[in-house]
Amino acid sequence: MTILALDWFLLIEKLILIAVIIFASLGVALYTTFAERKVAAILQDRPGPNRAGPFGLFQPLADGLKLITKEEIIPTHANKWLFILGPGLAMTAALMTCAVVPWGGTIDVMGHKVDLQIADVNIGILYVFAVVSMGVYGVMIGGWASNNKFSLMASLRAASQAISYELAMGLSLIALLMVTGSLSLRTIVEQQVGHVWNIVYQPVGFLIFFICALAECNRTPFDLPEAENELNFGYHQEYSSMKLGFYLFSEYINMFISSTIMATMFFGGYDLPFVTSHLSSPGTAAIVGIVVLMAKVVMFIFLFMWIRWTIPRFRYDQLMDLGWKKMIPLALANMLVTGFIVLLKQNNWHF
Amino acid sequence: MQALTNRAKQVDRAPMTFIEQLYLWNIVKGMAITFMHMFKKQPTIRYPEQKREFSSVFRGLHVLNRDEEGKERCTACGLCAVACPAEAITMEAAERLEGEENLYREEKYAAKYEINMLRCIFCGLCEEACPKDAIYLSETFTPADFNRKNFIYKKTDLLIPNPTTDAQGFAAAKGVKTNEIGLKN
Repeated sequence: MTILALDWFLLIEKLILIAVIIFASLGVALYTTFAERKVAAILQDRPGPNRAGPFGLFQPLADGLKLITKEEIIPTHANKWLFILGPGLAMTAALMTCAVVPWGGTIDVMGHKVDLQIADVNIGILYVFAVVSMGVYGVMIGGWASNNKFSLMASLRAASQAISYELAMGLSLIALLMVTGSLSLRTIVEQQVGHVWNIVYQPVGFLIFFICALAECNRTPFDLPEAENELNFGYHQEYSSMKLGFYLFSEYINMFISSTIMATMFFGGYDLPFVTSHLSSPGTAAIVGIVVLMAKVVMFIFLFMWIRWTIPRFRYDQLMDLGWKKMIPLALANMLVTGFIVLLKQNNWHF
Repeated sequence: MQALTNRAKQVDRAPMTFIEQLYLWNIVKGMAITFMHMFKKQPTIRYPEQKREFSSVFRGLHVLNRDEEGKERCTACGLCAVACPAEAITMEAAERLEGEENLYREEKYAAKYEINMLRCIFCGLCEEACPKDAIYLSETFTPADFNRKNFIYKKTDLLIPNPTTDAQGFAAAKGVKTNEIGLKN
């Protein structure tokens, strides 16, 4: 009976965690759209949306309402099921990634220890990679099902871009994994708590990972799949109403999640230097941890936007050039040097 | 060839160095520029709350003037209608009756005075033509309506508030500073 009772608690705990994290990601994505418009405006000396509510804070709600109440259009010659599947897949893949991210330390709830993480999988990073590469299926299927040449072209671009940049991303991560020796995201964070962050060991790796993350999220300067002026919005050209909303949303959720992953792997996750390791109460540490992680994520999201409103889009050949001829060799070199140093260290700095 | 100015600059066709090929340094420079724009003053005028300062000769919607005792100045002479290049003004004259001296300044007045604001080009020639100082152009602009018919402004829409009964409104209309005179309702 006791085992059963414990299982019930675990089930409820995880369900609550999942609900909270999914709603939090959706809320963050909602307000990231607002932040994007505000940041764009401020960088361009404009006030930005300021009509709905104080400082325009209700703007995302108004946008959402507008999207929901718009007419759903499914083109006559579109593949209906794939057309509906596309945005759903994009959204699901975007939301699934947050399952393995440690959002904070451990808190005590009614005598139970609750990890602020949905699942501490020991292959956390591999899981993230698998799910992230699923994300491009949403774009591909949507573009294909639209039966529109621009959408198809956009989905081709998205697929080739994802493949090219995932390679460099994976290689940059291998270097990081050599340093940490673990694939579990929680272990990686715990190694960084109280010690130096991984960015110190892997600056080049972080740079490559960051650039590839921009490409994976289809953010400027790598937003070729939705290049407005060449492809008429690309893969989501035929979409309307909430299906379009799902695509736009999944982009922002992807941005949020990749910011979280970067903060977790390179910037100590929920670790606040010189503070977290000295906090005695685990509850306080967990709350401080969540706040710190969110602050790091906000910084990254701002960086994403700042880049978007600074850099123009790459040309397609430049994109491939950068991916295959610059990023991958750099990542390989980084991996080799890291491997060499790690080996040397294991051998107590003897050749 | 002789250059016309000394501002001409030779284009640098040297091949890009490795650092330039990585784009990173130039991207950092560009991002510094955009970052500095966060601290720049926004030139935006938040329109319905703030309004742009007009020049003193701005020509907005028309106002039919009264004198200090609240009598209408217009005598329906029709010079404004003649001067109007867009033929936006029509009027009908009437004779002042016994006991109406407090309403109209002279023996003749405009019983009907209409300006079609869709025709009007806001040139201000009516104001120049008027010998009685009875019509002038205010600073009010952007009239909006759902109906074309409502753009034909009647005398009630155009008349300035009476200074004897609504001194404040009259002063506001006379002060000409971002007032609402001539606006419908």
